[in-house]
Amino acid sequence: MPRPWLSVEGIARRYGARPVFRDLWFGVERGEFVALIGHSGCGKTTILNILAGLEAPDAGTIVMDGREVSGPALDRAVIFQSHALLPWLSALGNVAFAVRSRHRAWPRAKAQDHARRVLDLVGLAEAAGRKPAELSGGMKQRVGIARALAIEPSLLLMDEPFSALDALTRGTLQDEVLRLVSDAGQTAFMITHDVDEAILLADRILLMTNGPDARVAEVVVNTLPRPRDRQTIHRTPGHHALRNHIVDFLVARSRTLAGARPEGWDGRRVPEVRPAASPIEETIS
Amino acid sequence: MALRVRSALLLLLILAAALGAWQVAATPAAPTGPALDPEYAKLLGTAAQGGQQTPMPRPSDIAERAWHLLRDPFYVHGANDQGIGIQLGWSLLRVLTGFGLAALLAIPLGFLIGMSPVLHGALDPIIQVLRPVSPLAWMPLALYTIRDSGASAIFVIFICAIWPMLLNTSFGVATVRREWLNVARTLEAGPWRTAVAVILPAAAPTIMTGARISIGIAWLVIVAAEMLVGGTGIGYFVWNQWNNLAIADIVVAILVIGLVGMALDQLLGRAARAVAWRE
Repeated sequence: MPRPWLSVEGIARRYGARPVFRDLWFGVERGEFVALIGHSGCGKTTILNILAGLEAPDAGTIVMDGREVSGPALDRAVIFQSHALLPWLSALGNVAFAVRSRHRAWPRAKAQDHARRVLDLVGLAEAAGRKPAELSGGMKQRVGIARALAIEPSLLLMDEPFSALDALTRGTLQDEVLRLVSDAGQTAFMITHDVDEAILLADRILLMTNGPDARVAEVVVNTLPRPRDRQTIHRTPGHHALRNHIVDFLVARSRTLAGARPEGWDGRRVPEVRPAASPIEETIS
Repeated sequence: MALRVRSALLLLLILAAALGAWQVAATPAAPTGPALDPEYAKLLGTAAQGGQQTPMPRPSDIAERAWHLLRDPFYVHGANDQGIGIQLGWSLLRVLTGFGLAALLAIPLGFLIGMSPVLHGALDPIIQVLRPVSPLAWMPLALYTIRDSGASAIFVIFICAIWPMLLNTSFGVATVRREWLNVARTLEAGPWRTAVAVILPAAAPTIMTGARISIGIAWLVIVAAEMLVGGTGIGYFVWNQWNNLAIADIVVAILVIGLVGMALDQLLGRAARAVAWRE
């Protein structure tokens, strides 16, 4: 089996002697959007931090594009849950900070122009001069998205990027990210606990059991055709089965499957399911 | 607005009442003692003529002396007779020099302490022991080693100004949000760029608070230090006028010291607002 472009190989995180998660294997191919879904406490954010290089795993490795990930780097951008904007810089300043990190030789004006273009891309051209404190929650996260995209990363990492936003703003930003990621063919990995968000954005959804000793119990392949649209996706054949499958997992199986591995479990060969492709799909009006 | 007007009116009222009461209370009764030989009386001064203590100056006396002292604050009549402005200038020079030197050491060192838990653990006991020592306790040691009274006064200011800036800088640096540091790390910002572009602006408000406390303490300490070392400065002026029994001049000096201290605090307060950020 060829190694995927991003290959997570048996990573684990222990808290004292108890594993938070262990024996975690999965891959992300170029241009693919993968989401990881699970309850809090299963180490989701830690997994993202390990992918970002901000934390080291207690076991296992991550190989991206043939090279081992050993620390944070500009080829992986993070959209933080708490937006993590620098409050003393304007929206433009925050994005320009990232641009100047990527292109150290660029003169200030060129970096600012580039930052302005990226802000324009997320619809914030008007607010470029404002400080984060003068922006709404949704606008702040737009700046966070712009900052991540500004460095043209090969992998975009998102840690529940919309969970702090109200439902309306969340929907708009999901559309925005969907558009930006599809337009750029961006490879992305996202942590979420929002089923609809995962179905809308991700091509594959990793279902994680509750911690401690959490594992990816199942990989759900999202067979709903791209481009997916928030307005119509819930009427797409298969959507219902897909959504039910994930909700069932989160409500019940994430708990019942937690802890001890079943007989013959192989972390490298997690079962793949395609609930949306099943023939028994009831349509809803 | 109306509130400010009312406060101002109340302030004037309190001042008028207090000064009025003081004026009445301090006005001496007519002298009753036996008349002295006029020439001897002249030698003794007015207080001694009545066989009394030097009287407490009245507000009107103080106003008169203030007018006299502040009309020409920068005169120099030899080494021992200089205007109050010159004396204030000396004090300010010492405070700003000592404070500046303290900032030059405390802010970089505080940065290192804030970034390195090991260094923090190593230096914290020293800081905790030295910090509560009255800066004047250093004076004899300074005089002995430096052998220069002016430089010793500056050293005392340096010693007292260093602690608030050191502690606030290290605290500000140590408590920079982890997520901002993570942003810098994911952007591959090196240690220097992270320090200058992330940690310094993040900690700047805390550092400025330390600087503001430092300059306040320095201004408190300079008066006492100059009383000890003598020669020049507003502290020396106060002590000198005490030796002259010029009580009104001391009251004027107290007011001037207060006003300059307030101005210094406002200045640092303005600087603190300039680097403040809001989330």
